[in-house]
Amino acid sequence: MEDKVVIAKRVALELKDGNLVNLGIGLPTMVPQYLPPEMEVYFQSENGIVGMAQIPGQGMEDPSLTDAGGGYVGAIPGAASIDSALSFGLIRGGHLDITVLGGLEVDEQGQLANWIVPGKMVPGMGGAMDLVTGAKRVIVSMTHTAKGKPKILKKCTLPLTSVRRVSLIVTEMAVIEPTEQGLVLKEVAPGVTVEQVVAATAAKLIIPNNVPVMPISGEAKFTQAAAN
Amino acid sequence: MQQKAISCTRAVEMIPDGASLMIGGFMGVGSPHRIIDELVRQGRKNLTVIANDTGKPGWGIGKLIDAKLVRKLIASHIGLNPETGRQMIAGETEVLLVPQGTLAERIRAGGFGLGGVLTPTGFGTVVAEGKQTIEVEGKKFLVEPPLRADFALLAAHRSDYRGNLDYSLTARNFNVVMAMAADTVIAEPEHIVPVGVIPPDAVATPFPVVDYLIERGLGAYGR
Repeated sequence: MEDKVVIAKRVALELKDGNLVNLGIGLPTMVPQYLPPEMEVYFQSENGIVGMAQIPGQGMEDPSLTDAGGGYVGAIPGAASIDSALSFGLIRGGHLDITVLGGLEVDEQGQLANWIVPGKMVPGMGGAMDLVTGAKRVIVSMTHTAKGKPKILKKCTLPLTSVRRVSLIVTEMAVIEPTEQGLVLKEVAPGVTVEQVVAATAAKLIIPNNVPVMPISGEAKFTQAAAN
Repeated sequence: MQQKAISCTRAVEMIPDGASLMIGGFMGVGSPHRIIDELVRQGRKNLTVIANDTGKPGWGIGKLIDAKLVRKLIASHIGLNPETGRQMIAGETEVLLVPQGTLAERIRAGGFGLGGVLTPTGFGTVVAEGKQTIEVEGKKFLVEPPLRADFALLAAHRSDYRGNLDYSLTARNFNVVMAMAADTVIAEPEHIVPVGVIPPDAVATPFPVVDYLIERGLGAYGR
């Protein structure tokens, strides 16, 4: 099982029946394929659709129905199309249950940086600042390290996306919950030890006596810590 | 009834160099592609563009970026157009990045006669630099000023000859708020239909705010 699959499978467990969810571009879009088929989760895309779905089939693309990355999507029966002000009213107004976003850095306060690397990568924040500020739960899904360097730090070095503390961090190594007391190690991935997580993290972790293994199926093929 | 349907050439001739333009669309979906092509053909320069994004190179607002017609850009996301990022870093185009929800609300405020909006988005981040903050009922907000432009360039699904607009799916996006926030509003529907064809309940932009209409033609800008 690849790192990204571990993350997507674990994030999928956070989604509940009836939730309204916004998925960021990239890794988060892998989450829906790991939801139980009987579960009804509704996806919002901030460009203006509630009830986004996969394209029904080849040749069924509609040039007026895309996701926030501009890729063709479908819509469930009973979907709603909305304008940008209403779309962000849903996000900022607390009507969105969960946002799942990628991350560049998260720190001990649980603050996220994910929108700019000054002078290098200037994509802009898009909807990320509104999503992190307004969603009921903010789940950061990201690889634990980048080129061997920890992404979970004592203090973010990149400009913050929001001063709000995120709800959960899910990586291919661990599940970490930012709390008022600090970052709590909640779970480790199959085949990963607590020591390996600590070694790959540059922030202080609060480690309970019992740290369970992520309740996901499949054989984890953990590569990153082995390379460190 | 005022004749709103005009040629694309004439519509773009009304736009002077240095004009500020709100342009609808999200990654080119719901963008007025015909008007954009005509702006490039007529070579309008030193434009200020207010839009969610700049599409991709060769697509949507990206065509204005490619032709170096934009002096200043106010947008929320340019990550899918590397040419915009290059012009920004090289100092060729001034780029102001605004959170997407804040951009929508600033435009809405500009069109709705409001003096700005109070938003929690961006509080305590670089977005807040130089901005007033305010506390309301124990919560902290940024004061974000309204945005207006000389022209709004919109895309719609249909228009009737009065100028009532309806939209299609995610092509709605910023068009609805921009229709209210510019001195002159030019809409590019796929079809112009007889008055009465669009039922009142389906009208998302009411006719009094729309000044000119340019028919795009069906399928002319599929991808």
